Amino acid sequence: MGVEKQRQSCHKIKDQSMNLHEYQGKELLKRFGVAIQEGILAETVEEAVAAYRKLKEETGTEAVVIKAQIHAGGRGKGGGVKLARTEDEVREYAGQILGMMLKTPQTPGGMEGPGKLVRKILVAEDAYRPDFDACDEFYMSVLMDRASQRNVIIYSTEGGMEIEKVAEETPHLVHKEYVHPTLGLQAFQARKIAFNLGLSGTAFKEMVRFVSKLYQAFVDSDASLFEINPTLKTADDRIVAVDCKVVLDDNALYRHKDLAEWRDLDEEDSAEVEAKQYGLNFINLDGNVGCMVNGAGLAMATMDLIKLSGGEPANFLDVGGTADAERVEKALRIILKDEKVKVILINIFGGIVRCDRVANGIVQAYKNLGGIDVPIVARLQGTNADIAKKIIDESGLAVHSAIELQEAADLVAELLKQQEA
Amino acid sequence: MSVLVNKNSRVIVQGFTGKEGTFHAGQMIEYGTQVVGGVTPGKGGQTHLERPVFNTVEEAVREVQADTSVIFVPPPFAADAIMEAAEAGIRVIICITEGIPVQDMVKVKAFLADKDCRLVGPNCPGVITPDEAKCGIMPGFIHRKGHIGIVSRSGTLTYEAVDQVTRAGMGQSTCIGIGGDPIPGTTTKEAVELLMNDPETHGIIMIGEIGGNMEAEAAHWIKEHGTKPVVGFIAGQTAPKGRKMGHAGAIVGGKDDTAQAKMQIMQDCGITVVKNPAQIGATMKKVMEALSSKV
Repeated sequence: MGVEKQRQSCHKIKDQSMNLHEYQGKELLKRFGVAIQEGILAETVEEAVAAYRKLKEETGTEAVVIKAQIHAGGRGKGGGVKLARTEDEVREYAGQILGMMLKTPQTPGGMEGPGKLVRKILVAEDAYRPDFDACDEFYMSVLMDRASQRNVIIYSTEGGMEIEKVAEETPHLVHKEYVHPTLGLQAFQARKIAFNLGLSGTAFKEMVRFVSKLYQAFVDSDASLFEINPTLKTADDRIVAVDCKVVLDDNALYRHKDLAEWRDLDEEDSAEVEAKQYGLNFINLDGNVGCMVNGAGLAMATMDLIKLSGGEPANFLDVGGTADAERVEKALRIILKDEKVKVILINIFGGIVRCDRVANGIVQAYKNLGGIDVPIVARLQGTNADIAKKIIDESGLAVHSAIELQEAADLVAELLKQQEA
Repeated sequence: MSVLVNKNSRVIVQGFTGKEGTFHAGQMIEYGTQVVGGVTPGKGGQTHLERPVFNTVEEAVREVQADTSVIFVPPPFAADAIMEAAEAGIRVIICITEGIPVQDMVKVKAFLADKDCRLVGPNCPGVITPDEAKCGIMPGFIHRKGHIGIVSRSGTLTYEAVDQVTRAGMGQSTCIGIGGDPIPGTTTKEAVELLMNDPETHGIIMIGEIGGNMEAEAAHWIKEHGTKPVVGFIAGQTAPKGRKMGHAGAIVGGKDDTAQAKMQIMQDCGITVVKNPAQIGATMKKVMEALSSKV
């Protein structure tokens, strides 16, 4: 598996991982002694100006970089990162970036999409001083490699650019260092990384230190991805994290309560956030057939079935182990918010869950919601499937019941055709 | 025969007295599984579901000769429970627990490297050999004893496949739910290999998902060593790129771990690939009938 895939696999993870903003990631790194480009968070132009003054005084920086804080890479491409040399420029750029709809290749819909609202900016020191031309930019990331089931440090001399391109065009410039699962990163490995990056003298020692602390931070914070691009070597031989992407493992947040509080719900899809509160695993998509399924694998298979029936899945929705009336109702409400939905397919395989209970849940939810004008196909299979079918058929509601999966698929296809006609 | 679990398996449940452990241990016993006791630290000496409770797995191995463990311990303590079972000499460890931190599993795998045991899961429905032993949370009644082995990364989708196989008039030898986590104890290839070597298994259904390279690895192994027909399905043909679908392992990352790419590799390796999840059982039946008409 190439770097590109591993990287994409990790940094776009939703759901069971938590993305941090750049400023939060840097705060985390700093706690572990990793040298970072210093900066101050601002939510208004006045705060940005105050941050500029403070940074100038404390770090001696002349210029500052104004960086939009959203959960997406490629912020510079959409005008979300700007260098300000004077207080007037800070005022001007902070005003431009705060409140803008920032489009990057990674925001929904890419550069053609609506972009993401910028609510916060990071006012950061000029990390490239004293001599911009004497700086070197490296790439460095840490993540768990599935194939070897170990953590791996991926690094390259070609920093500051897209690592996907580097991996594709010059794969020999991308190095990997696998770390022992219980013994951790060894000194010789850190030295090897520094040597491979062509460093010597003070910069070499600083890099060994940087890598060791970075790896410790990764393990101790239960991260699933660290990406420091660029990792900068300055003219005076310091090694500094100028940008960072940090993704944390949701499953481990119970032992990092302080980090869990950093979750920024503004950055997440509101329907998905709402679903999560009810214990539903929901992802919004673009299609015309809504679905509600128990189990992630069956949910994906159901989406595939929808496609084969001539529809497009409007969402992924896993109701989990307890498909009771309340959950079914919540799930239906969330699906019905999407106006593109023409048909809803409910697919429940009742094992421990009894299908008759689910059927009662559907009937009750239907009544509570009062007049759903989207046809529903309910396929209930497993424990008490026959009773469930009877409950639905006798309810007098516009719910079509099915027992076999193919039957449900055919019903969906038929209903879609009827609506087109 | 059959693989991993059978009527002679001496099963304990770790997390025996907890809510999940109690419910599912009860279901396992009702199915006829030989549950010989359970472990809950601090509750040793008590009797639960008419079976002895032990403080440690070691004690359970010594006192009731347990050789199989089903783990229902909550996520923060599950990695520890797996390692305890392995250290005590349990041969088959089935971890049902969902939500174990990835870095915990990195350590568990290293710990298990020199132990003579097999871990199935975590985040899985378990393993069942119909009419002999149900070691997990799957509904027993949908299964029927037979000769189709099933390997799957998902829970309810496995039940779906089992049900289709049963309705098609066939039955199952052993169904192995390997789980949906990024670091599984048993890989698809390893599970397929077990079934391929099992005389009771005449055909194999392999159900995968987007993400990772386990199915490709299994497909290449089947091409080299396969002696029985394999039917395969990959869930997530319509999953959008870069979005994770509930299982930590199911991520569409690059071009080789999409459903389409995996299905192509499987097909190239001689596996009968099903695109429609409603046709898994029917396809297996056709394949088996074609095989028997040749003989």
